Amino acid sequence: MTKMSGAKALIKSLERQKVDAMFGILGGAVLPIYDLLCKSNIKHILCRHEQGAAHAADGYARASGKAGVCMATSGPGATNLVTGIANAYMDSAPVIALTGQVPTGGDNTSYIIGRDAFQEADIIGITTAITKHNFQLRNAAEIPKCVKTAFYIATTGRPGPVLIDVPKNVQTEIADIDFSNGIQIRGYKPTSNPHPLQIRKAAEMLAEAEQPVILAGGGVITSNAAPKLLQTAELLMAPVATTFMGKGSFPETHPLSLGSIGMHGNPVANKLLSEADVMLAVGTRFSDRATGKLSSFCAPSRKIHIDIDTAEIGKNIDVDIPIVADAKKALNAINERIAKQLKKKGNTAWTKRVKEAKAQMNPSSKSKKEMKPKALLQELRKLLPEKAIVTTEVGQNQMWAALYFNALKPRTFISSGGLGTMGFGFPAAIGAKVACPHRKVVDIAGDGSFRMTEQELATSVTEDIPVIVIVLNNSVLGMVAQWQRMFFKGRYSAVKLGSIPDFVKLAEAYGAQGLRARSIPEFTKAIKTALKSDVTTVIDVPISPEEDVVPMVPPGCGINEQVGDY
Amino acid sequence: MENQKTKVIAALVENKPGVLHSISNMFRRRDFNIESITVGRTEQEDLSRMTITVKGDEKTLEQVVKQMNKLIDVVKVSRLEPENIVTRELALIKVNIPDNKSRSDVINCVDVFRGRVVDVAPETLTIEITGTPDKIDAFLNLMRTYGIMELARTGLTALSRGVRSIKIEE
Repeated sequence: MTKMSGAKALIKSLERQKVDAMFGILGGAVLPIYDLLCKSNIKHILCRHEQGAAHAADGYARASGKAGVCMATSGPGATNLVTGIANAYMDSAPVIALTGQVPTGGDNTSYIIGRDAFQEADIIGITTAITKHNFQLRNAAEIPKCVKTAFYIATTGRPGPVLIDVPKNVQTEIADIDFSNGIQIRGYKPTSNPHPLQIRKAAEMLAEAEQPVILAGGGVITSNAAPKLLQTAELLMAPVATTFMGKGSFPETHPLSLGSIGMHGNPVANKLLSEADVMLAVGTRFSDRATGKLSSFCAPSRKIHIDIDTAEIGKNIDVDIPIVADAKKALNAINERIAKQLKKKGNTAWTKRVKEAKAQMNPSSKSKKEMKPKALLQELRKLLPEKAIVTTEVGQNQMWAALYFNALKPRTFISSGGLGTMGFGFPAAIGAKVACPHRKVVDIAGDGSFRMTEQELATSVTEDIPVIVIVLNNSVLGMVAQWQRMFFKGRYSAVKLGSIPDFVKLAEAYGAQGLRARSIPEFTKAIKTALKSDVTTVIDVPISPEEDVVPMVPPGCGINEQVGDY
Repeated sequence: MENQKTKVIAALVENKPGVLHSISNMFRRRDFNIESITVGRTEQEDLSRMTITVKGDEKTLEQVVKQMNKLIDVVKVSRLEPENIVTRELALIKVNIPDNKSRSDVINCVDVFRGRVVDVAPETLTIEITGTPDKIDAFLNLMRTYGIMELARTGLTALSRGVRSIKIEE
């Protein structure tokens, strides 16, 4: 036991969790922490808005698999984190959010918690529904245990954000601090080992399947189960569709890959999933955007559902064989069983059907040199290294990326799937670059979304975190404009953004590099320039405001009722 | 609405601030309906016990239990099957007493229902009654003829019969 301040105990606890970087903005209620932070081994990245800090921590977490840490002061600092925390919660990203809080006691009795003090906000109450758990510290001595517990909860089971609220007097309190305490959380014991009986049943069902299909969700990436998934698919010769969050769990250039399902899924994925007799769903929560109309979602198939979160089993889809387990462990167990059980699989009618359907529905595009998202994103894939990390904003840019940008490896496609947060992609790219400094990081953006967090250009330039932003610039809020075209008889309401700002000049104003690409060859050249550059580059790519994301499953329809050409 | 029956859930939760908030917040957020909720200490100092009654079908109830289990401060959750539990609720009822005849009639009813008169005033009687919610409902129906001035019900609390329990194994 050593005597030290709460602020010091907090920083030492973070160091013990091997935190090497954190994202934040300081303020009055966290000054004691920041006073010591500059002397610690943790690199602090000063963001320009707390939402950016939270998304950067999220991007860091998804790229690295480790917890991402963000910090903000009390009141508005804390509430500005909220969107980022909700985003991490919806996509199960391990984020630790630290917030300052007004003191719980002290000499100035009007500056204490509960008295509506300056910059006081009830962040515990506010974040209860969007965190896996949250804590408010009451004394310095409990800091080491609380931090350990927070990281344990955030990173195990189904990961998620955990918030620690640190009142100012706790930061300055000198106390005997003991770092050796273990943690025990009697209300939290995530299951990770699959039940052997369920595995046996699942393996039997899969071995007997005539037309098996695998649906891989974000849980496959979270549990680092991609190699096991590949094995399962090849053992069964089963085609693999992913959810949007599962993009990257299976190489999309693999002969068995169908791409992603859902509202803007690949037609062949939506079609073949609906033809399957057995579906093995792994690490997915069957979100509405993935399933379309629930009653017609793959009705004929019997379903095996692996998920680490018991509450996801049977929440949206009734399943025949539930397996509550870590995806990697469950797939491994299934693979071991089917490897023994399976007689010869291979050139069955189903594999033939998969091959034909892919050839028919995903014709290898003769890359027309048009300034269309499809050609641009296919060109981008050619130019980027396999291990490059791509983030996206939200809206048309995101769905075009889902459709046309092949993800090849886990943790290389990072996007806001659940909350659909415009403005996520750019700060997330900064976070991913901090986690993986030797890899190229690209944000596939739209002009509407990029405007929401563009101020982080300052962060990326001053902190020397070079990323590439590709602004697919149609001067409208494209996805809602598309819906107004399709479902509101083309009555445009509040969607036109105009051609301001000039993104090249904007980039230059921040000390970043600004480029513009008006044709495919210009785009190729700009990407090559950006990849060679060691400063953040914004590439403005003007496209038509009339461009739709198609194919599309109209709202209320089943995923096999998709309209429009791929 | 056979499937919309009231179901009883018992939970052992950490006895610390904010726990009730996180549970009630989860019910609101997931669009589950709490009919009643009672909380109190248990034989273990650091645990509270909650008894929650919920209206919903079987699938909803399953989700309620699972979502409760996900909360870190919820240590154990158990569905209590109606045929295997004893349930009680306590009500305090202040009844109008316009005349002496009414007073003796009310006191007779209280005796029949094995309640107690806990306060007597010139124009009111305050009655304590304990029992299943049905019994309390029946008593309240009788009292309505006299006029109920004020009513406080605790909500349902319950325990399993026999050796069954939701104790946590240490």
